Amino acid sequence: MAERCAVIGVGQTQHTSCRADVSIAGLVREAVDRALESAQLTMADIDAIVIGKAPDMLEGVMMPELWLVDSLAAAGKPVFRVHTAGSVGGSTAIVAAQHVMSGVHKRVLTVGFEKQSDGNAMWALSVPMPFGMPVHAGAGGYFSPIIRSYIKRSGAPSHIGCMVAVKDRTNACRNPYAHLHEPDWTLEKAMASPMLWDPVRMVETCPSSDGAMALVLASEDVADAHDGPKAWVHATAMRSEPTAFAGRNQVSPRASEDCANDLWRKAGITSPIDEIDAVEMYVPFAWFEPMWLESLGFAPKDHGWRFVEDGVTEMTGRLPVNCSGGVLSTNPIGASGMLRFGEAAMQVMGIAGDHQVDSVRKAFGHAYGGGSQFFAMWVVGKDKP
Amino acid sequence: MREVAIIASAQADNTATTTSTPVEMLIPVIQQVLANASMTKTDIGFWCHGSCDYMTGQPFSFVSAVDALGAWPPIIESHVEADGAFALYEAWLKIQTGEIDTALVFGNGRSSSGDINRILTLQLDPYVVGPLWPDDRSIAAMQARACLESGVVTERAMAEVAQRNHRNALTNPKALRRGDHSIEALMAAQLVADPLRELDCPAHADGVTAVIIAAGDRARGLAARPAWIRGIDHRIESQNLGNRSMTTLPSAALAAHKAGVANDKIDVAELHAPYTHQELLLTSALGLSEATTINPSGGALCANPMMSAGLARFAEAATRIMNGTADRALGHASSGPWMQQNLVCVLEGE
Repeated sequence: MAERCAVIGVGQTQHTSCRADVSIAGLVREAVDRALESAQLTMADIDAIVIGKAPDMLEGVMMPELWLVDSLAAAGKPVFRVHTAGSVGGSTAIVAAQHVMSGVHKRVLTVGFEKQSDGNAMWALSVPMPFGMPVHAGAGGYFSPIIRSYIKRSGAPSHIGCMVAVKDRTNACRNPYAHLHEPDWTLEKAMASPMLWDPVRMVETCPSSDGAMALVLASEDVADAHDGPKAWVHATAMRSEPTAFAGRNQVSPRASEDCANDLWRKAGITSPIDEIDAVEMYVPFAWFEPMWLESLGFAPKDHGWRFVEDGVTEMTGRLPVNCSGGVLSTNPIGASGMLRFGEAAMQVMGIAGDHQVDSVRKAFGHAYGGGSQFFAMWVVGKDKP
Repeated sequence: MREVAIIASAQADNTATTTSTPVEMLIPVIQQVLANASMTKTDIGFWCHGSCDYMTGQPFSFVSAVDALGAWPPIIESHVEADGAFALYEAWLKIQTGEIDTALVFGNGRSSSGDINRILTLQLDPYVVGPLWPDDRSIAAMQARACLESGVVTERAMAEVAQRNHRNALTNPKALRRGDHSIEALMAAQLVADPLRELDCPAHADGVTAVIIAAGDRARGLAARPAWIRGIDHRIESQNLGNRSMTTLPSAALAAHKAGVANDKIDVAELHAPYTHQELLLTSALGLSEATTINPSGGALCANPMMSAGLARFAEAATRIMNGTADRALGHASSGPWMQQNLVCVLEGE
C-alpha cells in the first residue's frame, strides 16, 4: 500500500507579467533553487523530477522539459512531463507524490511553470480548429455564461464577484511573490471596473503571468530526518469528464463533486468546513469562489455566495480562502495549480509569512482545467496521515 | 513492489495520412483493447494518455480525447505530453500506490498534420539552436556521421538494420512500410541527409496504441499468460548537442541497468530507434546479444506513429510473451534528439 509522503521544500518565483530578466530555464531554476534551499537539499539529492506546464504553444517550445535537463541538473535522472490543461499544476504535484507513495523514489522535485510573456496566451488558448466549436473568446468568454447560470440559479447579488476580487487582491498585498500588488481596491471601485465578459468585470479576472512553483516531496524516512517544517500528504484525488454533452452541469460538474467526495473520504474528513483550516482554490474568475465552495462541499447549494458576503472566506474568517491572493492575483497557467498546492502546504508548514493563517493543521489545495472538466485536489496536514 | 502485467493491447493500422480527427482515430482502438481483455470501461481504474499538442497543431489537443473514453460518469484520468509508454509508467506507479488495480493507457499522434521533420526542431533550445532550424533528419545525420567516422557503425551494418526491419514488417499488417530489399540496393539508394538514406529514416505515421495493465491476481484472471513487468525505468540526458556523446547512449544504458535487463537472456526486444544507426547504438547500450531477436514488428523504421510508437513497442513485446513465443522481452520508448530520453521495460511470462 501507499508509502507516506511529505512536502519538505517549497519555492516560487517572483511573478509578474514579463520576466524579461530570465529565460524559461532561469525562471524554472529560480523556483527550484528556493525549493531545494527550503528542503535543505541540493540537486544531487534529487531522485526524479516531474515537470508540469500548460500548452507548449504558450511559449513556442515543444516538450520543453527535454531542453530544461541541464538547467535542472537532471542528466542521468528520470524526468517526467505532465499536461492536464489548467489543472496541470495540481496533477503534476499528485503525479510527483505518486513517485514517492509508490515506494519507487525518496526525494522528488516537481515544478510547474509558464512564461506567458514569451507568447500570446489569448491566441494559444483558442486556436480555431477545423470542425471544432469556434470559441475565439479566450477563457473569459467560455466561462462567463456558466457564471451567469450560477447567478441565476443561486439568486446571488451582483456584487459577490467584486467582493471576492477585492479580498484576493488585498490578500495578495501580503504575498511578496504575487504578480498584482494593488492595495487600494474597494467594493465601490471594483463595481466600477470595466465589464469584459458580462457579468465578469476586469477586476474579477486573473492576470497573465510569468512564474514557476517548485516543491520537494519526500518519503517518510527522509521527511522524518528533515529538520524543518513539513506538510504530510493526507490524500490526493483526480477526476475528468467530457467538455460538452447535453444536460451537463457546468456550474458544479459531477467530476468536481466526485473528486471532492473521494478526497474527503480518503482524508477521513466528514465536515470540510470544520476540518480544513486554509483553502487554496483555483479561482481564475472571481465568481468561481462561491461556485467551488458549493461544489466541493464547503457550503450548501446556492449558499456559497452568502459565505463570501458574510466574510467567511476572508483571511480572518472561518474558512480562509486564497490568502496568497490566488489565481486572481497571479496566473502563470502551468504553475497556478502547483501554487495552490504549494501555498496549502506553506500554510501547514507555517512558512506563509504575512499571509499565514494561525494554527493551520489541515489545508486544501485545488486546481481545475479545460472546460471545468479536469480536477486535481489534495489535503496536506501537520500530522502524519 | 506489486506485480503488474500487460494483459491486452490494440493498435490502429499505421497510415501516412488520415482525414480522421484524433477522437475518431481513438474510439476503435479503445474499444478493441477493451474487447481484447473482455473488459468494459467500468472495469478500468485509471486512464492515462500520451500525446503532444505540437503534433496536432492545437493547444489542449488531448482534451477532446476524453470524448473517446466515454468518460461519464467521470473517470480518474491523466495525460502526459509524451509517448504513451510514459503514460504506462505513470499508471504503473499509481498501481504501486495501491490506489488502483487496473489501467488503460494509450498514445496517439497524427504525424501528417504538419511537417514532423521540422516540427521536431521546436524541441530544441529555443534561444540558440532552434532558430537555426536544423531538422530531425539533419540532426540524426550528424550523429550517424560521427558514428561512422569513429567506427562504431558501418554503412553496411546500417543497411542490414534497414533490411531486417523492412523484412520483418512483411508479416506486420499494421506497418506503414515493408519490403524485401538487397543490401546492395539499400546502399546504392539516394542520400536524403548524408549519410542517411530514406530507409534509414523513420516511417512517420498516424497511429494509436492502447494497452491495459493490471495487478497481481487481477492480471492472472484477465489473461492466460500476462506479460509481467519485472523492471521499468527511464532516464534522460542533456539536450545540449555540443555536449553530448554522439556515439553512445548513457541514459539508455542506465535505464537498462535499473530495469534489470542483464539479469537474464532477452528473447525479443522491441526498440523505438527511429534511425538505423540508432538501433545499433541502442542495442549496444542495452547490452543485447545476438541471441535477442530485435524488432520482429519492423520497429519505428517501418511505422513511427509519434507519441504511440514507444507504447506500440511495449504492445509488440507483450504480445510475444502473451502468445508464448517469448519468455523474456524488452520494450523501449525514446524521445528527443539523438534519443535523449529512454524508457526501458522488461517483461516476463510466468
